[in-house]
Amino acid sequence: MTVAAKPLVETARRPVRGGRRFSLDWLGAVPFLAYVGLFLLLPTTIVVAGSLVGPDGLTLSNLAAMNKPFIIGAFVNSLVLSAASAIIGAILGAVLAYAVVTGNPNGVLRRLVTSACGVLAQFGGVTLAFAFIATIGGAGFITLWLVQHGIDIYARGIWLYELSGLVLVYTYFQIPLMVLVFLPALDGIRPQWREATESLGGGTWHYWRYVAGPLLAPAFFGGMLLLFANSFSAYATAAALISQGSIVASLLIANTLTSEVGLHQPGLASALALVMVVIVAVVMVLYTQLQSRTSKWLQ
Amino acid sequence: MSRNRRLKLQVFRVVVFLVFGAFFLVPIGAMFEFSTRGNGDAPRTLVAWQTIFQTPDLVAAILASLVLAVITSVAMLLLLVPTMIWVRLRLPRLNRVVEFLCLLPLTIPAIVLVAGLAPEYRWLSINISESIFTLAFVYLVLVLPYTYRTLHTGLAAIDVKTLSEAARSLGAGWPTVMGRIIVPNMWSALLNACLLSVAVVLGEFTIANLLNYENLQVAIFLVGKANAGVSIAVAVASLTFAFFLLVILSFFGRSRARVARLEDVAQGLVVGQRA
Repeated sequence: MTVAAKPLVETARRPVRGGRRFSLDWLGAVPFLAYVGLFLLLPTTIVVAGSLVGPDGLTLSNLAAMNKPFIIGAFVNSLVLSAASAIIGAILGAVLAYAVVTGNPNGVLRRLVTSACGVLAQFGGVTLAFAFIATIGGAGFITLWLVQHGIDIYARGIWLYELSGLVLVYTYFQIPLMVLVFLPALDGIRPQWREATESLGGGTWHYWRYVAGPLLAPAFFGGMLLLFANSFSAYATAAALISQGSIVASLLIANTLTSEVGLHQPGLASALALVMVVIVAVVMVLYTQLQSRTSKWLQ
Repeated sequence: MSRNRRLKLQVFRVVVFLVFGAFFLVPIGAMFEFSTRGNGDAPRTLVAWQTIFQTPDLVAAILASLVLAVITSVAMLLLLVPTMIWVRLRLPRLNRVVEFLCLLPLTIPAIVLVAGLAPEYRWLSINISESIFTLAFVYLVLVLPYTYRTLHTGLAAIDVKTLSEAARSLGAGWPTVMGRIIVPNMWSALLNACLLSVAVVLGEFTIANLLNYENLQVAIFLVGKANAGVSIAVAVASLTFAFFLLVILSFFGRSRARVARLEDVAQGLVVGQRA
């Protein structure tokens, strides 16, 4: 910290390029960059390298293995699950966010709802799987109650532990996430715009179709993309709910990674992980694009 | 707004809150219900809740996760706060890079990260330590996106440049500027960042499970295979705990928003010299 001893005047006219002080400034960012390099960039590099490097140097065999039916099946299931839970979550989340935003902005209700959403959007995983097993599992609260009243929700098989069950369980964390993402956009909508619509002779339909709708659309679809990426990369809930098989991509990666099932293939696991990260990255780039369009209008 | 529309809106809000409230509360209520069931037709009991403390694996895992949460929060503050202040003041061109790196874990799923971390942790456990607390290394990365946003908002609310120049012109060194001037002006952001880190660490399952460490969530998962009642009791307890953390957070976030003034700088320096 020799820099620290210098007086302020020199700070003010820092040399534009080169010089000793300049290089010392960079030292301040080194711990952070080194840490992130070691625990974020290096693992990512290991995954990419692992999928492209075999025992005999560079190879595409790991990526070529992606066309096996069970791998394609798992990714298709993941896409269907993510799309379904993202669409349902985005619509229901937007409705809930609208109900929140029409209330008192500093009210207790809004605080409670946003806090609850913060927990529920994050705290999925094992807890969530158990919550649904306790609710609509074979011996669940609702299941037993319905059976007493002559309704068997599992007449056609126990769907909770299948893809349709995952869609239902995932909406439980997708809706809160949508609320958190969509609230700021709704906050940006001004009552004056509605008044302006009305003074020009427009009704509720015109307002939503021509004013609020187009303004909120980027935020809405951006939120939907975020939800898609969120459910595509989710692992814990599926792992806790489904004990056998690899019906979605994240379970497949985990099962390929652990040697328990005799599938220990680090190259294949890396290739699967690479495919997943590419898909998520594309979705996230689209999401940030839409987010920046949102912020242009709704400040 | 017309009277008619206001009424419609109120009806809409009540219906929405009732329906969503039921959807979100029933599963949590069902967990309470499930965890207090007796065997067969036996009356309600708290046996499952008492069994938590008689299950050594669970107690160890709860403690491990709490310690991990503390280590991660402290390490996060030590790494991120000085870096963000320094970059803001002296390396503005690095701003975008730091932001990108902090938000990157949102794009790299934990399940992908763990595939790359496996060799690193194998090396760590052979050469340094196989303690569960080494998980804090990767948990710090996991909390970066959330804490970065919180700290960024906290820093944006105060005039870091003016504060630090004022302090430096009065003869303060960089450690004093950060510790005595800037940090006291962003307490609520620091607290928020810590609470978010705690919530993330207590809920983490993927990485611990696949690296074969038994943290809270993994223990809940494993115990649940033998005794569902007990693990559901722990699960609902940790969920409630996280909820209260975030409620606290929402109150601090609003009431403590204080804008720094130059008088505060001078005061901070006086305190600094006294200490």
